[in-house]
Amino acid sequence: MTTLPATPPSTPRSARRRPALLTTFLILPAALWYAVLLVAPLVIVLVFSFGTRARNGGYAPGFVFDNYARAIQKSEPFVLSLEMAIFGTIGCLLVGLPLAYFIATRARRRKSLLILLLVIPFWTSFLIRTYAWLLILGPDLGLAGQLQRLTGADRIQILGTPIAVMIGLVYGYLPLMVFPLYVTLERMDRTLIEASKDLGAGRWATFRQITLPVALPGLVTGSILVFIPMMGEYVIPQILGYGRTYLMGNALVTDFLEARNWPQGSARAVFLIVIMVVTIAAYVWFVNRGRRTRDVSVL
Amino acid sequence: MTAPAMATTLEHAPIRGRRPRGDRWSWLVEGYFRAHAWLVYLFLYAPIFFVIMFAFNSATVATADWEGFSFRWFPIALNDDVVQTTLANSFIIAIPNAILATAFGTMAALGLQRVGKRVRGTFDVLTYMSVIVPEIVIALATLIMFATSFDTLDKWFGIKLSLGYATVIAAHVLFNLSLVLLLVRARLDGMDRTFVEASADLFATPWRTFVQITFPQLLPAIVAGFLLSFTFSFDDYVITTFVSGPGSSTLPLFIFGQVKRGVTPETNAVATMMLGVTMLLLLVGQIILTWQARRAGRRSGGTLVEIVTER
Repeated sequence: MTTLPATPPSTPRSARRRPALLTTFLILPAALWYAVLLVAPLVIVLVFSFGTRARNGGYAPGFVFDNYARAIQKSEPFVLSLEMAIFGTIGCLLVGLPLAYFIATRARRRKSLLILLLVIPFWTSFLIRTYAWLLILGPDLGLAGQLQRLTGADRIQILGTPIAVMIGLVYGYLPLMVFPLYVTLERMDRTLIEASKDLGAGRWATFRQITLPVALPGLVTGSILVFIPMMGEYVIPQILGYGRTYLMGNALVTDFLEARNWPQGSARAVFLIVIMVVTIAAYVWFVNRGRRTRDVSVL
Repeated sequence: MTAPAMATTLEHAPIRGRRPRGDRWSWLVEGYFRAHAWLVYLFLYAPIFFVIMFAFNSATVATADWEGFSFRWFPIALNDDVVQTTLANSFIIAIPNAILATAFGTMAALGLQRVGKRVRGTFDVLTYMSVIVPEIVIALATLIMFATSFDTLDKWFGIKLSLGYATVIAAHVLFNLSLVLLLVRARLDGMDRTFVEASADLFATPWRTFVQITFPQLLPAIVAGFLLSFTFSFDDYVITTFVSGPGSSTLPLFIFGQVKRGVTPETNAVATMMLGVTMLLLLVGQIILTWQARRAGRRSGGTLVEIVTER
């Protein structure tokens, strides 16, 4: 924190005379990092996706579309990821919306506490929180074992199934859904609801006509925030799905590291990125509808 | 993680009216919400609770029955050579990462206020990209970038480089610098500018204005950014596993390996200690922020929660 540069801040008044050298110095490290560790890798992936597999693995130059053709042919991981991500997002929404509403309607102090209680698990290791479900869903003391004992069934298996992966997804990403929902609901003018009731609207009509439209931006933000990482999730299917629920993340790792077919993996990665960019672009369009950008410069 | 982009300050909360007047069923609806919330919190905390609980199980196999309370797994874990090396590696990576990310992110946030729309727009795209592109894609792309450039360097210049601490730190800094950038920028946007202007009116030099006015106001976001960066790096599995070398594997990699072989009480003990470290950090951050807020004579704007959920 003491690493801050000697920055002569300028007030808005001196805006015209901002020294270019200082500005360059300030943004240079970040720009360098983005160039080398973000843009370069993604460009390499894009270039490689048109190449061919070298004889002993890796990449050989070329310009073919085979990798894309094969990625489309063998699209099971992609389709499965899409399904899991869609259901996972819906799951997060069903669990998260009532919770966000509950938190938003509490008194101020209570609100902070409840949000803190959401931040804490989110702050803790994703890996640990994920493998914890091995203990809960497991065969012995876990849920599967208990169900087995209860129903007298021969063998109930939860781990290693898509259900376990789904539980892991909803569990892991729930806070990302709740935060934006909470923010929009919290800002909601509560008198609107009273007005709606005064005008004779029922509970459902009020929810549909007032609460839902107000919560929509948060709902969209939250859905994007959970949907995209779910599409590329790797740890959860590995641990809770025993690698059997074969998602995009697993397919990518197999392509790159086991088959050592870098072009194939790259084509798959490009697919994922395209999906993502399209989603985000739609989102940005949605958010920026009718909003002016404001220029707040403090320095 | 991306919370700063989407939140609000509690100060901006609308004036709370009374809750909508109840009808016949309002107790039922309210009851449902209450029960739902309780269940979700149970859902969120139960797994963490079980990990901690089973770290104190004296049994030799974690998933077997509970065989009584015991501390014995903690010394066993701490004396494990692999745990010691990977723990050390975790710190060797997380600390420089947090320092670099905090410095670069803060610098960029300050610098971006002084550039034109086009540069800022480009930066925005890159920042959001780095945060939202799935980790696995970034990890693998970075891996082949490193592999390819190391091969090229070797072939052309005979320079031999390999994956290690530096590559892991570099990859972690990418994500964390964006995180810090977003947090600090959110703070800058929400900052009270009258003080900056007053300071200039009172003939303070720009540098002095920065030190006395701007920096203290940014400090909470910077502290939060530092802590988040450290925690991210300390907990990260996906990026680390692909860009680390044989000697630079970290604690999460050790845990993942254990999990694949079957969770033991030792795994749980290591995990519990990891949770302890991150919780301690959360606490330290909170104390620093409270102290700083009090010194600045402000009543709010100090808690980590407020920063993370702030706009």
